[in-house]
Amino acid sequence: MHATRKFLSFVLAFLCLGPLLATASMGQAEAAMIFVTNEKDDTVSVVDSQSLKLVNTIQVGHRPRGIIITPDKKDIIVCLGDDAQLAVIDAQSMKVKRLLDSGPDPELLNISPDGKTLYIANEDDSLVTVMDYKTGQVTQEIPIGVEPEGMGVSPDGSIVVATSESTSMAHFIDTKTYKVIANILVDSRPRYADFTHDGAYVWVTSEVGGTVSVIDAKTHKIVKVIDFEIPGVRPELIGPVGINFTTDGKRAFICLGKANRLAVVDTSTYKVIDYVLVGQRPWHAALSPDGTKLYSANGLTNDITVVDVASLRAEKSVPVGRLPWGLVVRP
Amino acid sequence: MRAEPNTDKQRPVVRFFRSLPIRRRELASGLLALLLGGFVPLIGSALPSAAQQPMPAAQPLQVNILYLSRQYDEPAPLSLTEKVVTDKGVQGARIGIEDTNRTGRFLSQNYRLSEAILGLDEDFKAKAKAALASGANLIIADLEKPDLLALADMPEAKSAVILDIRTSDDSLRQEDCRSNVFHILPSWAMRADALGQYLVWKKWNRWLLITGKNPPDLGYAAAVKRAAARFGAKIVDERSYAYAAGSRRTDTGHQQVQQQMPLLTQSAPPYDVAFVSDESETFGDYLPYRTWDPRPVVGTQGLFAVAWHRAFEEYGGTQLQHRFEREVGRIMTERDYAGWMAVRSIGEAVTHINSVKPADVRAYLLSDKFGVDGYKGESMNFRTWDLQLRQPVLIVDPTELVSISPQEGFLHPKYLTDTLGFDQPESKCRLK
Repeated sequence: MHATRKFLSFVLAFLCLGPLLATASMGQAEAAMIFVTNEKDDTVSVVDSQSLKLVNTIQVGHRPRGIIITPDKKDIIVCLGDDAQLAVIDAQSMKVKRLLDSGPDPELLNISPDGKTLYIANEDDSLVTVMDYKTGQVTQEIPIGVEPEGMGVSPDGSIVVATSESTSMAHFIDTKTYKVIANILVDSRPRYADFTHDGAYVWVTSEVGGTVSVIDAKTHKIVKVIDFEIPGVRPELIGPVGINFTTDGKRAFICLGKANRLAVVDTSTYKVIDYVLVGQRPWHAALSPDGTKLYSANGLTNDITVVDVASLRAEKSVPVGRLPWGLVVRP
Repeated sequence: MRAEPNTDKQRPVVRFFRSLPIRRRELASGLLALLLGGFVPLIGSALPSAAQQPMPAAQPLQVNILYLSRQYDEPAPLSLTEKVVTDKGVQGARIGIEDTNRTGRFLSQNYRLSEAILGLDEDFKAKAKAALASGANLIIADLEKPDLLALADMPEAKSAVILDIRTSDDSLRQEDCRSNVFHILPSWAMRADALGQYLVWKKWNRWLLITGKNPPDLGYAAAVKRAAARFGAKIVDERSYAYAAGSRRTDTGHQQVQQQMPLLTQSAPPYDVAFVSDESETFGDYLPYRTWDPRPVVGTQGLFAVAWHRAFEEYGGTQLQHRFEREVGRIMTERDYAGWMAVRSIGEAVTHINSVKPADVRAYLLSDKFGVDGYKGESMNFRTWDLQLRQPVLIVDPTELVSISPQEGFLHPKYLTDTLGFDQPESKCRLK
């Protein structure tokens, strides 16, 4: 009886797993790769999204933090804060193929939707550096508030929203004129800005303020300030940083730093649906190409956590280097 | 985080800062004007008109902050590797003004620091009264206790907001507290508790207390005893160091120190750490490696508790350290941090209330809306019962960050940082 049940469940498991295994092995040839910057180790860890094994560790330069992938998914660009450079990693060969002079202390960057222009936050210099990606030439330096960090690019590429951490502002920059067209005061230490998929709103996280401000992209008015309350977690430990909208745009995942959780927010009601416990001090996260998984970089536990987007369950943590900061996923 | 103590290899990053209309020269002229008794035109002209104007004003809101200090005698650091610095505090306030003006220019607010650093032979009360009479009411006080209290108790200062950036004396937060004096630096009790929590976490619970003979040494020692009682540590013995400081430069000096320190610490009951209370910095630096038993030294020297230190670069601290070094050309001391923090506190309030009336500023500083970012990874505010700034406290040795208190497991119903220092129920402060 016992043995039969065991056998049956084995068969059942096989039947269920069969298609999964098939897609997995089909996908194997082009398994997605997760690239994680390790601030302390001066490296980028590469984790296979299916086996969840560390497959490569790339030496990149000093203090790697901000990381993006180009729209064509061919290059991965990493800010090297202590080198005043950007490292360009070939997304396939995983080799550093190019170094670009970014201006001092690049912390975070973003790229225009056409892949031609880089927007770099020079944290130590109160500047947004605009760079032509092809030539590596700096074309503009836009003075904003103290300690620029967040760098949201609108879906049509016409507006960049940069945050300045010490000035507590979101600066709207017109990418045609490179003029700052609006300065919006938000809560303390704004670290990240991102546009909703439809470009209608900009979400800005305030790490020390503990909130997310939702700004109307047209009127530049704050339409909502989202607060977080977690039973058993001190308010001062809730430090929102990274934002990831789900593929359908209905939910947003907010990395809450020392609260060790991701908040899941409904983007229409602005209500918090759930808090997902991950590793310690997640600052940034990234979605898998199919949008079903979210990976958080956990700074203090030196790992990344895989969260299932549908069930909101943390499935597994994978060790990477020391002080993982940000990540991107190459399809 | 990589601590890169080396600033020589900094990038050529001055361009933007240099190009901004930084008010260094204005600061200097402000100081001059003030010393010449010219505070009236400085404040008098700008303040009343701006205060009444709603935003956005054609005329920016003028925010005048007075930095008031005296040229006190301070002992030179015992270590020859430490520079003698005579402008601690005010340099931090200046950087704070620059930072705050960066926000201010987007909001049509202009912050200005007037500096009054009086000689010891000058009549402090008369000068302070004159400054108050001419309108100074947002004041950063880099003053020792008697002068601080003299200032706070002047009738003209009744409605002023005074931010104390110099003292750690617990009595100023307890029986001698004043309703117009906010304290930026951690008190002795907060420092001793911060260290005490770390030692208890390490299970180094037996402390040999070694105290200097000056009142501040005894004040800090009292805080150490309080910490031991609170956290279940034991003071196994108390020793007193009675020699005066003397000169830090001598042709042959180490031999005597090498003999003296073992003498001071010999035949002690078993202990884990030598807890030194030498606020006056006369001998504490001589203790490490010279105690009779091989024990670490903690307290005011060795491993110590501070609000700010060069070895700290977490939570964006790198940026403040770099900004300061670039502009000032030396490292940022704890008092500089307090000066910076005082300006930032006023700035944070004025940014949100757009008013320079001291009553409005005070109300906002004490409201639950107030929170200032001091590069400690969390929002900081003031305790309403003694006007002390809540803050995580760094545990450092001369070259490294060792920990940050409060430590894991020390709990409080409201703020974890309220496990450091005098909590509301124990406070003897009665604000009037």
